[in-house]
Amino acid sequence: MTLRMLGAASLIALAAAGSLQAATPAAGDTLAPPDQQTFSYNVIDEFVTLDPALIEVVDDNDVARQLFEGLLNQDPLGNVVPAGATSYDVSEDGLTYTFHLRPESKWSNGEPVTAEDYVFAWRRVVDPATASNYAWFMGLGGVANADKIVAGEVAPDQLGVAATDPQTLVVTLERPAPFFPQMTANANLFPVPQKVVEQFGTEWTQPGNMVSNGAYTLSERVPQERITMVRNPNYWDNANTVIETINAYVIKDEQQAVTRWRDGEIDKTAVVPAGQFPTLKEELGDEAVAVPNLCTYYYHVNLREDANPALLDPKVREALNLAIDRDVIINAILAGGQKPAYTLTHWATAGWEVPEVPAAAMTQEERNARAKELMAEAGYGEGGEPLTLEILFNTSESHQQIAIAVSQMWKQTLGIDTTLANQEWQTFLDARKEGAFDIGRAAWCADYNEASTFLDIMTSDSDANDSQYLNPEYDALLETALTAEDPLPSYQQAEQMIARDVPILPVYFYSSNFLLDGTVRGWPMENAQQYWYAKDMYQVAEQ
Amino acid sequence: MITYILRRLLVAIPTILILIVLSFMLMFAAPGGPFNSDKPLPAAVLANIEARYGLDQPYVVQIFNYVKNIVLHFDFGPSFKYRDQTVSGLIAQGFPVTLTYGSWAFAVSTVLGVAIGTVAAIRHNTWLDYLAVGSAIGASVLPNFVLSPILVLVFTIWLGWLPAGGWSNGGWEVVVMPVIALATTYVASIARIMRSSMLEVLGSGFIRTARAKGLPMSRIIWRHAMKPAMLPVLSYLGPAFVGMITGSVVIDIYFSTGGIGQYFVNSALNRDYAVIMGVTILVGVLTILFNLLVDILYAWIDPKIRY
Repeated sequence: MTLRMLGAASLIALAAAGSLQAATPAAGDTLAPPDQQTFSYNVIDEFVTLDPALIEVVDDNDVARQLFEGLLNQDPLGNVVPAGATSYDVSEDGLTYTFHLRPESKWSNGEPVTAEDYVFAWRRVVDPATASNYAWFMGLGGVANADKIVAGEVAPDQLGVAATDPQTLVVTLERPAPFFPQMTANANLFPVPQKVVEQFGTEWTQPGNMVSNGAYTLSERVPQERITMVRNPNYWDNANTVIETINAYVIKDEQQAVTRWRDGEIDKTAVVPAGQFPTLKEELGDEAVAVPNLCTYYYHVNLREDANPALLDPKVREALNLAIDRDVIINAILAGGQKPAYTLTHWATAGWEVPEVPAAAMTQEERNARAKELMAEAGYGEGGEPLTLEILFNTSESHQQIAIAVSQMWKQTLGIDTTLANQEWQTFLDARKEGAFDIGRAAWCADYNEASTFLDIMTSDSDANDSQYLNPEYDALLETALTAEDPLPSYQQAEQMIARDVPILPVYFYSSNFLLDGTVRGWPMENAQQYWYAKDMYQVAEQ
Repeated sequence: MITYILRRLLVAIPTILILIVLSFMLMFAAPGGPFNSDKPLPAAVLANIEARYGLDQPYVVQIFNYVKNIVLHFDFGPSFKYRDQTVSGLIAQGFPVTLTYGSWAFAVSTVLGVAIGTVAAIRHNTWLDYLAVGSAIGASVLPNFVLSPILVLVFTIWLGWLPAGGWSNGGWEVVVMPVIALATTYVASIARIMRSSMLEVLGSGFIRTARAKGLPMSRIIWRHAMKPAMLPVLSYLGPAFVGMITGSVVIDIYFSTGGIGQYFVNSALNRDYAVIMGVTILVGVLTILFNLLVDILYAWIDPKIRY
């Protein structure tokens, strides 16, 4: 498929999916009365910020998607559908995106949403004065001059985004980024109201000050306790919204959240306390939910020159990788619908097909046998030179349990000793960055729903490459994928390269577990990033 | 007396300054920083953020600017972690919460603790005394992270009387469990201090004289023994009051109260320098003030003490 066709295909998909958005009660559902159309859920930690330019964590993004509306939304399957834009075109070279905005879109104060609002918002994200943690996101999408503006080399008004008329937004990229439309569903690329931001400064996100263009507006915000959002009568599709109020409670104790869910106070919990999923599933049935979560749990192997010399031998690394019995970790420790990982990219990533790698095809007996052979060839472990490795992880019960299990597996299969070192989070991050470890725990979560969000972290210049895997061949492969008509083969080759060189030991693919009240309809179970929109949901009457 | 109070308040200023400098030194010595995360920030992004919060300045300049902003503008700066909030805003929001349940816990624990301690002392070596001492020891080894789930189990899950958590507007039903959870260990400590000090007072000469005169026991306790027996309790109550009204991390997290107790731990874990400093100074100032108040009460209770 050429890029032009890809663009055209997207347009068609957008038009077809358009009617699916908004809360459409299924046949046979009896809606609960309006005073019961409330959706309450809990988060584990206080919201960091509601300013789209600054948002980086999932919980803040969730709130922003209710309050604001970007160019495109995700449908329940994770495909992009029209939202602030009704359609877009892509130039032949894949470098220019033209978004056609929805003319009836309004801010909550009744003023129209224009292309200028997007231009203002996007420049603000990269402006050094904004000091956004997520300023790099615009550069990731390849928006022209984004990285230079962040570095202070050129002025923010040089960003590759322009309003050619109030309803047309033209985005210029430096390099093709097939995933760019996906990125517009992220809060950082939402429009913000220029006048309000300029009038109130950092206070503009406070209730009473904030003006937004989404299906809901901010009504109350009590730090460390809750956020309340109510329907926005000026939202263009307000007529099709059913949920009246959204409450987001900060409940840090996971067990307390379950108690409050049982009490009927909240409809959805953030998580299920570790280890409780199987029993809750048995008790609650469909109300105990497991969905894929685009994060991968893995161990870094330290490949620095001054690292443990044994780890520089690929045979040792492969033996370590093979000797980890993932099924034990998933079934006996986590027990929440996770899947074993032999590769880096999460299996549920859009457009992704997990490539065949040798380790995945073997049984655990075969893996163990092969691991023993490799270790013997390398001359370590039983009958060879004694080897002691340290697993470094941040203090947490489940990381500890996994590390203990892995050390047992290595001891039994390979005859090597492992010491466990746990550190407080910040200390741990420093140690991992500086390479003060043999094996270091890590997890990576997708920034957008495409394989390169995972594979990029193993490139030589990636800040997240704490293994220090430096392979020009790998870097080149990902570079070609950027302009390829179909990047999948390059991505799969990259995975096979990782499987061959073993700079990391993938352990498992995350899942999300939570409790969801049976009266809530429209939760996007099959959306891998769990991008949910309360405007597409509704409460049915209790049976 | 007035000069004494003024002198104490003046001494408080260098004390707070030393507190600020020491806290800053400890903060900078701790590894990591407020903007570290699992996804490392590109250098240019990190530089912009550090410039925004003045972290690119030398330590001395940072401390100087911090103190200057407090003195000139009473500005404790923005939170590094919660980017929509200022430190003053977070404290203004959370302190009334902990002040509410902390004051109740203080009243409950003082009244109960003094009463139990006094009864135990008067009925020394009887079953009442053993019961009081026994339950005090029991209560003091029952930490609030054990007690809180038990309270929820009983009052929410079994009886269905109280909500499991939240604060909303601080109605009595959300305050009850935090107060019980916070007060219990304090009741135990106060009862033990009160008992031993009451025993000591009851054995002293002037009480024996009062008894010899034939005064009724209740009058002896109220008129003569209570005041001197309260002195050791009082010196415990000053810091205890500060401890209670600044909340508890366990209670704030477990009951989702939104109080400031959680910042003492979370801000350190998050390396949210501005919030660490804010709550440290708050506790410092309150401690100095209440210690002063205790000393003034001492002079009022015990005429032998003069400043």
